[in-house]
Amino acid sequence: MTLTKRTWIQLAGWGSLAAAAALVGCSKKEETTTVATAPAASAAPAAPAPAASGPLKIAFAYVGPVGDGGWTYAHDRGRLAMQKELGDKVQTSFVEKVPEAADAERVFRDMVSQGNTLIFGTTFGYMEPMLKVANDNPSVKFEHATGYKTAANMRTYDTRTYEGAYMAGVVAGGMTKSNVLGVVGSIPIPEVIRNINSFTLGAQSVNPNVKTRVVWVNEWFNPPKETEAAQSLINGGADVLMQNTDSPAVLQTAEKAGKLAFGWDSDMTAYGPKAHLASSQINWGPYYIKAAKEALDGTWTGGGNTWWGVKEGAIDLVSVSDKVPADLKAKLDAARNGLKDGSLVIWKGPITGNDGKEVLPAGKAADDDFLRGIKFYVKGVEGTIPGGGK
Amino acid sequence: MDAFALLIAATLNAGTVLAFAALGLLINERAGIVNLGAEGMMLVAAVAGYATAVHSGNDWLALAAGAAAGALMAAAFGLLVIWLNTNQYASGLALSLFGAGFSAFVGLPYTQEKLGERASYRIPGLADIPLVGPALFRQHPMVYAAIALTIALAWFLYRSRAGLVLRAVGESPESAHALGYSVRRIRLAAVMVGGALCGISGAYISVVYTPFWVEGMVAGKGWIALALTTFATWRPARVLLGAYLFGGVTMLQFQLQGEGVQIPSQFLTMMPYLATILVLVLISRNPNFIRVNMPASIGKPFFPGS
Repeated sequence: MTLTKRTWIQLAGWGSLAAAAALVGCSKKEETTTVATAPAASAAPAAPAPAASGPLKIAFAYVGPVGDGGWTYAHDRGRLAMQKELGDKVQTSFVEKVPEAADAERVFRDMVSQGNTLIFGTTFGYMEPMLKVANDNPSVKFEHATGYKTAANMRTYDTRTYEGAYMAGVVAGGMTKSNVLGVVGSIPIPEVIRNINSFTLGAQSVNPNVKTRVVWVNEWFNPPKETEAAQSLINGGADVLMQNTDSPAVLQTAEKAGKLAFGWDSDMTAYGPKAHLASSQINWGPYYIKAAKEALDGTWTGGGNTWWGVKEGAIDLVSVSDKVPADLKAKLDAARNGLKDGSLVIWKGPITGNDGKEVLPAGKAADDDFLRGIKFYVKGVEGTIPGGGK
Repeated sequence: MDAFALLIAATLNAGTVLAFAALGLLINERAGIVNLGAEGMMLVAAVAGYATAVHSGNDWLALAAGAAAGALMAAAFGLLVIWLNTNQYASGLALSLFGAGFSAFVGLPYTQEKLGERASYRIPGLADIPLVGPALFRQHPMVYAAIALTIALAWFLYRSRAGLVLRAVGESPESAHALGYSVRRIRLAAVMVGGALCGISGAYISVVYTPFWVEGMVAGKGWIALALTTFATWRPARVLLGAYLFGGVTMLQFQLQGEGVQIPSQFLTMMPYLATILVLVLISRNPNFIRVNMPASIGKPFFPGS
């Protein structure tokens, strides 16, 4: 009697644990192309794919769920664009919610064993596990987003999100009434600081009196906290908000408070139609198509780094609101065109830090190494960077 | 001064989220049951509330749906720990994990949904008083409901017969059993009320506080509520105070950052936790007082007739 009861209890306990574990675990989906008529993609005349039979198998590891409406959603749109462009030459699959930890290595090994020969890892934290798996599997090609370590069969790619931030800044500078802009920052790493600075430079290009206030939440994703941070910026007088976090919470808060804000990574119009000024959108599609084509025609080489921006169609400011007046839209278009044809260089001196020291002398344009190491605020951003921005 | 009024307003709003969940957990802990599943219940309630709001357009219905979802999950937990005597801590953790996964799963179609226009509230007359109006009288009705709930709960626990029975069940279930009270049913009721209040908190987050649904959006508020209950030594008024304190310091540190104060934000991020624990520990520093307030049989299973 007691024995049966106890067994039953244990079963119930383990059962619920197992169910929970299964639900929180990674979910995997595979999609083979349904596009029957493959578009005539670059007729690769030279050598056909080394693996002669069947489509090229390509796998993606995502850090978040596809439905996050932000970072991961943007990557998945890129994957779909590649699938559409290349049709039945490729077969793509993805694993979502892969944690930035030891689990990632297992997922990458899994992908290799399933016959994928081109593997994309879409977050910084996959760098070490991916490098390890890449060294063990020299015949498989690895692509790592936002990292800096490479190998003979592993290279990195990233987008110049700061160009989107600059264009958002142009709009923000023209729309603010209080001349106080607010940014909800995630984690004070160079990428995020660069975006805050570029946003401010964009705003100053149309409105020299503008100031930017920054509040750090020290997390990528925590909607209630992002809300609280946005609210405090509004309380402090900011009337146009930007964020470098992963949820639409800041836009939502602006919507509720009758202020203005932007979407980040993906088009977020739906989350706050009144507050939404525009969304800085990342378009990974062109790079994914290029990488897959190179893998198909045998021109893929490892070890490199690609950093694409507006020029290559990887970044754009989309869904610009009707609230933005025509003359400001014209300034935005000028900035976009300038970035496209290379006539506008955002990080070109004279640029002064917010401690008054010159960081870029007049006429000097920053190189990519400079951009990757930005640890200071430009003039116009208030406060100091947490963790000592010397 | 205007900024100060807004700070108070934001504090009350932030505290309300925690207060409902922490008061709910206080009720079931007073009956002797620790439910570590708060985070999971809040997540499921958040998605239930959000789905209801999307389909019905009615926030009150959404809060009710959140309460129902929380109560239902708590009931499942209650059956496991009260009748089958499973370990409360392990079952609670399982509930939390399950809630996180389950809410992400059923919430998938709702990540791209949006709600209609959010209503703004103001108490006529009072809301127009300078300073006091914007600070206190332009809140969502649930903010006032949290204060009312705290007073009602304090009265219930210390002034009503039913509250005495509830506390007896948490202190000495054997005695309560000997007096003829159904310990298990009372505990189940307490657990379900606790779940319902956690549910209201979860739905408040997804429908009012941060009005959208993304998986994992409760982001740890359930765990903070659990800690708050303990640090407030199971007293309703202290729970409310702790909730406001936590909300207040959170908002204050953001405000300081926005003003460009020269303190590392990582340190400021730590402040709400530190300040809340410090204050609650200081006011509860009398060990006898803690012993008196802590439900004596908390976390222990009860076998009637043993």
